[in-house]
Amino acid sequence: MSQIETFYDVMRRQGITRRSFMKYCSLTAAALGLGPSFVPKIAHAMETKPRTPVIWVHGLECTCCSESFIRSAHPLAKDVVLSMISLDYDDTLMAAAGHAAEAAFEDTIAKYKGNYILAVEGNPPLNEDGMFCITGGKPFVEKLRHAAKDAKAIISWGACASYGCVQAAAPNPTQATPVHKVITDKPIIKVPGCPPIAEVMTGVITYMLTFDRMPELDRQGRPAMFYSQRIHDKCYRRPHFDAGQFVEQWDDDAARKGYCLYKMGCKGPTTYNACSTVRWNEGVSFPIQSGHGCIGCSEDGFWDQNGFYERVTGIKQFGIEATADQIGFATTAVVGGAVAVHAAASALKRAQKKNEEA
Amino acid sequence: MRKITKDRIYEPKVPPEEMLEASRLTGDATLEDLESIRRRTSVYVYEAPVRIWHWINALCITILCVTGYLIAEPLPSMEFAEATNQFVMGYMRFAHFAAGTVLSIGFLARIYWAFVGNTHARQMFYVPIFNLRYWKEFIFELKWYMFLEEEPKKYIGHNPLAHMAMFTFITLGITFMMITGWALYAEGAGQGSLPDTLFGWVLGLVQNSQRLHTLHHLGMWSIVIFAIIHIYAAIREDVMSRQSMVSTMISGHRTFKDDRIE
Repeated sequence: MSQIETFYDVMRRQGITRRSFMKYCSLTAAALGLGPSFVPKIAHAMETKPRTPVIWVHGLECTCCSESFIRSAHPLAKDVVLSMISLDYDDTLMAAAGHAAEAAFEDTIAKYKGNYILAVEGNPPLNEDGMFCITGGKPFVEKLRHAAKDAKAIISWGACASYGCVQAAAPNPTQATPVHKVITDKPIIKVPGCPPIAEVMTGVITYMLTFDRMPELDRQGRPAMFYSQRIHDKCYRRPHFDAGQFVEQWDDDAARKGYCLYKMGCKGPTTYNACSTVRWNEGVSFPIQSGHGCIGCSEDGFWDQNGFYERVTGIKQFGIEATADQIGFATTAVVGGAVAVHAAASALKRAQKKNEEA
Repeated sequence: MRKITKDRIYEPKVPPEEMLEASRLTGDATLEDLESIRRRTSVYVYEAPVRIWHWINALCITILCVTGYLIAEPLPSMEFAEATNQFVMGYMRFAHFAAGTVLSIGFLARIYWAFVGNTHARQMFYVPIFNLRYWKEFIFELKWYMFLEEEPKKYIGHNPLAHMAMFTFITLGITFMMITGWALYAEGAGQGSLPDTLFGWVLGLVQNSQRLHTLHHLGMWSIVIFAIIHIYAAIREDVMSRQSMVSTMISGHRTFKDDRIE
């Protein structure tokens, strides 16, 4: 382990003064909501702890997680990759390729057995023995199992790794399977989203490095600090929801006034993410602010919840795609009709009986 | 009151073991009921707490269905004040949550009354599905509704068909609605809150809150359908059966229209 530089070493090597380093520790403490007493603890950790080795593997995915990650502003992705973690293997970002890259992969696993973090972007398809995703000449699922065996913890980046995303949407021909259903014996942090917010990704890494432990997770295994509230809970258009002021059509006056997008199928009320607080692209905006409803990309099976523009979701189990309300009204009409017919028959029968008696 | 034994029940024509046989064997009628019939041809079935619960429950369900539907499919967008002074959806949700809380407390009180109330207060909470005779009577009642039987039987509490419907749609149905409802409420109350501690696991089970909403929504429709059948059957039975129905849920007394045994 001594071969790896500590955070402090790296920072000093990059020309950062001791004074700046201490400032950085204070800022980190503030950012994580900790008191001043934690500043020396953070400084101590940074001075003594070796950088955490990270292996970043890519399965069935679109690389939007990586694209998001490299746009992180606080902290800058460059700082995360170059100073905070030791990103020893990432086939998309690394300079090496081919056999050299695969050698680095094996080296890292052997060298830091049980100490590295495995970051997974994308998921393994299990159908046809995993042949739908081949990396380094082997099915991705084998590579995932191999890397996970000696990992300290696993980060599931994005909706793919966390829930399966579009490749796992019905009928899921490749049998794309989220990471936690393949690797069951390791602590897994899900960081869902399509992609996850850049600052959420780097924030999770910063937390793990600073405290050398997993962040607090919610029931679904997501970091509670970013995924404990719904978009709806912190949405700046919430007052219009409570007032009952909705956009009814994309081009109506309410849309221009920035009313609530609930009726346009906004999934904010059922989506746990930090978009309405952290926002995107250095806090510039997020979907609802741009006038489009949330599509719920950080939720399980968000592709299979019927249209993105429908509030009450469809249920496929009934053969045709219908919403609970359509089914409800139809059944109520049938039952109501049956009741009416039955009542008429009852009356008729009663009249008949009276006639017979008379 | 002296202990009621079979020999104390005045029985002019048939021996006591043959009276209201079906109702007795499925656990619906008790010896006390039989004696009561002899004396005044009416039985005190539903005690005051049960009746009060019934009507509060009915009111809550009505409010919950209307507001619940309007939460999922809101009224047309309206603008009669500044957004800060207008609270249409807010009041809608408030009414829903308030009625839901009253219904939940009422249901717990109803369970308590099943323990301390009379035998009829317990009927709603179990169905004698392992009693073969119950199923025979169930089919008999079904045939009565299909116009295949000339005359229905007498019952003190619920008839076998109503018994099953009550258990399925109210005992199980309301429980399902309370669990999913409180799980949805827990989302807004926040992690670590009491509703979240008690019912947060439900969201963990179905994963996506959108699915939880759909389940809660389908549950509502099942109760709407039950309500239609329930009201229709109560009125129809009041007219066509051999005992009182609607007034029983007001006075608590089940009165009988004839003095024939079965």
